[in-house]
Amino acid sequence: MALLTVDNLSVTFTGNNQRPVRAVDGVSFGMDEGEVLGLVGESGCGKSVTSLALMGLLPTRGVEVGGRVHFDGTDVLSLPSRRLRDMRGSQLAMIFQDPLSSLNPVVPIGRQVTETLRRHKGMRGRAARDRAAELLDRVGIPDPARRLTEYPHQLSGGMRQRALIAMAVACAPRLLIADEPTTALDVTIQAQILDLLGELARSEGTSLLMITHDLGVVAGLCDNINVLYAGRVIEVSSRKQLFASPHHPYTAGLLGSVPRLDAPRGEALTPIRGSINDTIDWDDGCAFAPRCDHYTMECLTGTPELVRAGEGHQHRCVNPVNLDPGSAHADRPDPVAEGGNVR
Amino acid sequence: MFRYIVKRLLQLIPALFGLSILLFFWLRLLPGGPENTLLPDDASAQQREALRESLGLNEPIIVQYGLFLERLGNFDFGNSLQTGRPVMDEFTTRFPATAELAIAAMLIAVCVGIPLGYFAARKRGSFLDSSAVAGSLLGICIPVFFLAAMLKVVFAEKLGWLPSAFRLDAGARFTEITGFRVLDSVLTGEFDVTASALGHLILPGLALSSIPLAVITRMTRASVLEVLGQDYVRTAESKGLQPTVVRTRHVLRNAMLPVITAIGLLTGSLLAGAVLTESVFAFGGIGSFIYESTQQRDYPAILGFLMLIAIIYVVVNLLVDLSYTLFDPRVRVR
Repeated sequence: MALLTVDNLSVTFTGNNQRPVRAVDGVSFGMDEGEVLGLVGESGCGKSVTSLALMGLLPTRGVEVGGRVHFDGTDVLSLPSRRLRDMRGSQLAMIFQDPLSSLNPVVPIGRQVTETLRRHKGMRGRAARDRAAELLDRVGIPDPARRLTEYPHQLSGGMRQRALIAMAVACAPRLLIADEPTTALDVTIQAQILDLLGELARSEGTSLLMITHDLGVVAGLCDNINVLYAGRVIEVSSRKQLFASPHHPYTAGLLGSVPRLDAPRGEALTPIRGSINDTIDWDDGCAFAPRCDHYTMECLTGTPELVRAGEGHQHRCVNPVNLDPGSAHADRPDPVAEGGNVR
Repeated sequence: MFRYIVKRLLQLIPALFGLSILLFFWLRLLPGGPENTLLPDDASAQQREALRESLGLNEPIIVQYGLFLERLGNFDFGNSLQTGRPVMDEFTTRFPATAELAIAAMLIAVCVGIPLGYFAARKRGSFLDSSAVAGSLLGICIPVFFLAAMLKVVFAEKLGWLPSAFRLDAGARFTEITGFRVLDSVLTGEFDVTASALGHLILPGLALSSIPLAVITRMTRASVLEVLGQDYVRTAESKGLQPTVVRTRHVLRNAMLPVITAIGLLTGSLLAGAVLTESVFAFGGIGSFIYESTQQRDYPAILGFLMLIAIIYVVVNLLVDLSYTLFDPRVRVR
């Protein structure tokens, strides 16, 4: 049975006197025990909001959450806050983007690790401290006993992220959500942290949900990848298939905009036109259409469905591409001029 | 740490030196002089001149300043012109009253302001929140002397709930040890005196606390609101910690940092605010004495008192800065 099932999850922010903003618009995916899943998309596509919704960490005021999230058979979204707290940190854990701002600046690292152990494992005093030192050692922090007494500002960026990881894995959670865990780090440290996460997930059998905008991050780590665009999953695939033959033009565009070492000298990167703000409502058609090089009028007739295109490979596109991410249609109609509802 | 304290105290010397120059020459710019206030109105010109001469006021002002500095080297601020007693003695007998009042006011401000600001932030937009915001605006706007007079009229004179003046009930017997009446009476076990001293502190304490209370409430509210949106609070919640742990260890500890700095700065302003409050309640601290001294052109007393207040202000701020290092490891001194 799947460990995590997300079914038609939607998150809408309803500010005072403001038009509601739908950040996540019917996201569905599943994760098996021990699976490493990548959730990929650019800024503003709903990745982080999805992860916060899974953890039950969204603010209660001004946010409407719809759909279902089942974790090990329990409906997370309808769980009373007390039960949810019992689950957070022990069954479900999360690693955040910016390790400096995610650590409490006035509490020693050790205390921030032991408070989780104390809460969920009932460990006290020396036992908790010893376990915390073991955890720091496990995530590759040298001289862990000394580090326990230090404060976040005394650690380097990479060490801080390792400490956050130690806190997250302290109670051996079954699902670890990592929200852009390497974005705030140096490139050299990024690789180390990714290796550590992959190694932890595989050795402990923890499922890892890797949320990132960086295809390079998922390339080396994830078994399967979901690509998100404007609050919806637009492509589901194994890592191998996705990189070999992306079906959705957006995925193809993302891959085309990644620098490659084996590209000929002087070849320019191919960016995706426009920004995520150039979108239309999913109800009116494909949200990516205004930026797409492959769209036809068919793209503007209602929501495209997620369709199967091979073993474990799905895409939400009426004009899927296969192997040639660079090809462009010459005489494409302008979806805005054709009456598409541009948000 | 020790070096830091010594450094801070050494910094005090040039500051006090500058302050003494400023005050010394400034005071002399005030019209009139002690010969007009100390002598009866019908005193002759010769008598006035003789007094000026005997006080050394006819020397060139630079020489007077030099003499002042020379005495200062021996921690001697001279004698008060009004009472004839050494300024230092006048200060030490009066300071406990002001300190007691300032401490009472600060305790009220901290004990009410921090919880009020915290809950206003937690219940942002609620009735409690808007009342706290409006109330603190009022607290800053109302002049202290006006508030003091109103409290005195309503609670002491009309309702008669609390005493209207002095530090103790008339005829109360007490043993003086430190001059802090509440402390002394607790030490000697004279608890009826403690009760009386506390009762006399309530109204002036409330009046004097209005500004620090308003500032602390506002600062706590703003600071808690800011901390509630910080990533580390979300991290703490993602660990499934109990709400009380999140609120105290993660929210309140961080939110208190700017408030502590504010408390240090406000303590200084309390010494100034005490002048007015003490006058209204005839409290007999340094405030009313400074006021009297200014009226009488009691140069040595004003100068000495203001410089001693400056020293106390610096020491209090040093203590606050040192306590700050306990709360914020990032500024810990080596």
